[in-house]
Amino acid sequence: MTLAESKEGQTVVVRKVRGSGPSKRRLMDMGISRGTELKVERFAPLMDPVQIRLKGYSLALRRSECAFIETEHAGK
Amino acid sequence: MLNIAVAGNPNCGKTCVFNNLTGARQHVGNYPGVTVELFEGFTVINGKRFHVTDLPGTYSLTAYSKDELVARNFLIDKKPDVIVNVVDASNLERNLYLTLQLIELKIPVVIALNMGDIAVKKGFVVNPSRLGAMLGVKVVETIARNNSGMEELKTACSEIISESLPPRTIHYSSEIEDCVSDLEKILSGKSFFPHVPDRWTALKMLEQDETVISCLKTSGSSEKLFPVLEKYIQKIHDLTGDDSETAIAEARCAAASGIFRDCVSISKIGKRLITEKIDSVVCNRYLGPLILVVIVYMLFTCVFKVADELQWIPLFNGEWVSPVGLFSTFFDFLSETASTYIKSDILKSMIKDGIIGGVGGVMGFVPLIFLMFVFISALEDSGYVARIAFILDRLLRAFGLQGKSVLSLIVSGGLGGGGCAVPGVMAARTLREEKDRLITILVTPMMNCGAKLPVYAMLIAAFFPDSRGQMMFLLWALSWAFSLMAALFLRKFIIAGEQTPFVMELPVYHMPAFKNLFIHAWSRTWLYIKKAGTIILGINLIFWSMMYFPHQDTVPDHAEEQLRHSFAGRTGSALEYVSKYIGFDWKINIALIGGFAAKELVIGTLGTVYSMGDDALENPEPLSAKLSASKDWSPLRAFALMVFVMLYAPCMPTVAAIRRETGAWKWAVFSVVYSTTFAFVIAFIIYNSARIFS
Ligand SMILES: Nc1nc2c(ncn2[C@@H]2O[C@H](COP(=O)(O)OP(=O)(O)OP(=O)(O)O)[C@@H](O)[C@H]2O)c(=O)[nH]1
Ligand SMILES: [Mg+2]
Repeated sequence: MTLAESKEGQTVVVRKVRGSGPSKRRLMDMGISRGTELKVERFAPLMDPVQIRLKGYSLALRRSECAFIETEHAGK
Repeated sequence: MLNIAVAGNPNCGKTCVFNNLTGARQHVGNYPGVTVELFEGFTVINGKRFHVTDLPGTYSLTAYSKDELVARNFLIDKKPDVIVNVVDASNLERNLYLTLQLIELKIPVVIALNMGDIAVKKGFVVNPSRLGAMLGVKVVETIARNNSGMEELKTACSEIISESLPPRTIHYSSEIEDCVSDLEKILSGKSFFPHVPDRWTALKMLEQDETVISCLKTSGSSEKLFPVLEKYIQKIHDLTGDDSETAIAEARCAAASGIFRDCVSISKIGKRLITEKIDSVVCNRYLGPLILVVIVYMLFTCVFKVADELQWIPLFNGEWVSPVGLFSTFFDFLSETASTYIKSDILKSMIKDGIIGGVGGVMGFVPLIFLMFVFISALEDSGYVARIAFILDRLLRAFGLQGKSVLSLIVSGGLGGGGCAVPGVMAARTLREEKDRLITILVTPMMNCGAKLPVYAMLIAAFFPDSRGQMMFLLWALSWAFSLMAALFLRKFIIAGEQTPFVMELPVYHMPAFKNLFIHAWSRTWLYIKKAGTIILGINLIFWSMMYFPHQDTVPDHAEEQLRHSFAGRTGSALEYVSKYIGFDWKINIALIGGFAAKELVIGTLGTVYSMGDDALENPEPLSAKLSASKDWSPLRAFALMVFVMLYAPCMPTVAAIRRETGAWKWAVFSVVYSTTFAFVIAFIIYNSARIFS
């Protein structure tokens, strides 16, 4: 599953960040790496971008970036 | 002199700290990417002067966008003596990721553990001495917004210099460390990067940092180094299953989270923050856009009501006026006095028409500008601006822009009618892709900046006095609509290409502090006043002389004919060949030429034109009254003029900024040509369609 498929209010854990280059590095710089817990807070008015919470702060990402973040359900 | 660099993540309070240390008044705002260039200042610690530099915020030392590159290059090339690493204590884990990279530089670091007040609300209690011991740095708790902890911060800086205490080396996993130490051995003594330790270079090589790699390649030592590097990159990949860059990033993440767990105790788990509650309303899918529009609408109606419409200030003679009315009454009085006491014709015209008629019109709107800035500063300081970017990203993407372009547009006046396109053009540095940046830069000048505001206010007062706020709201909506159209056009036909991903932190809401708001709004208003009293005054006098000469001593009631035959009058008349299609006469043309130097000059020069061409010397009245009484003018013409002023050529300082930021005259010239053409087409449509219908 990727983050792009998650629903509002869901909490997930990052398994892997796919892709390469600057876009991937940026996601990792923002603290998204293996094992990070993410909560999908809400979608923007046109269903994109997505607001997520991680490590106690709030981040907005587009779905196209979310598709690079492989996740699994929290607590597995 | 010793150098202090203020570095840290975006929006952690660096500029606040910098302002406190140096007494500067650089722009502070509650969204990431406020500072995009270096600011310099001085501070005195124990009688010694230090040079302080405020850096743009950065999430990592592998720079992502242009503003981050500025920060990185400064740290690597300039090698400051101390880094003051401002750290957001309420967001410690992510902030430590950068701190780990800073201490890899082996420059003494003082951590300013900032935003303790918010950390407490989030339930984080940080142990500063433990944090300091783990990293080998000094840690000082600060609340930069209240100027607290600054003396301790200064002391720590001078102490760490005298002790010359380098930070500790944090070791990552053994797979990485083995490769790093081997690479270090090869690098040692070669000094490719004289200011940084070899360990840093080795790590950056493994991270495949573009700048470091290309530097090494050009230094001609690649034959020996790169095969070894390839081998290690492969080795890390085999051991961790990831590319080396990811492996190192994950190692730093893990180290940061280890330190975080060790130094922080967390209470109040699961309690919802006020910020989250506000977001659930403000960013709500249905309410969000509605709230945005209502806020802007309220902004305009309130500002115009209080500053221009309601007459709530008593005068000596028992009349009541609005604040803007008060200012213009004052300038009318000056103008009257000037015409009574000054006998020389040329001097009288210079003072009455050139100075008071021109600059008075610009100064008259100071109360409006001030109030606008108060509201805009409040919005910028609240944290709402980042939400606007979030709400609008998808919409803007359809037009070839993106959420972060909103920051540029807002800085140049996209939220109200106050701002400036020059910092707006620079703010586009936060966009990574060159094409996104270019399009944002080219549409940013179409926003309603603080200099266009008096033009609108004057014309609205003359022709739409009963719906001032509403008209401004309409102009606001049009400025967005037209810039989106322009962006779409540019993206389709001129600058097709890839878009930058949108990844943006949404900061915690802050209650704006009223004292700061007023200081902030005042310092911006003061800039406006200073500009009006210097540049606008100077250029307006040049225009006045072009309207005065060549001068024949004619009888007074030929003032208009006289003006028409001046240098400026003839130029304006020549332009009528084109401008007649959008209903502008030679007088407006003169004003529009003035507006190319600075947009305030549109009313400056128009004021001078109408003051000079006016035969009734006895009874001076405000420009807006003259225009609404003139038979040449109509609401339609006023509206077409407002839209034209909104869209046509950026002012000269903006053109210069576009040249600087794009590095090419090509784009600077293009911005003038395309926006003037665009303005002409739109004004043509407005003017002619309205005439056909009526
Ligand atoms: N509550 C609280 N707010 C603070 C503190 N320090 C700074 N702020 C606020 O945090 C916001 C960001 O401050 P800036 O100084 O602009 O941050 P910056 O690090 O320079 O940001 P960039 O230039 O975007 O990288 C502003 O709204 C400040 O008023 C603090 O200690 N406590
Ligand atoms: Mg700043």
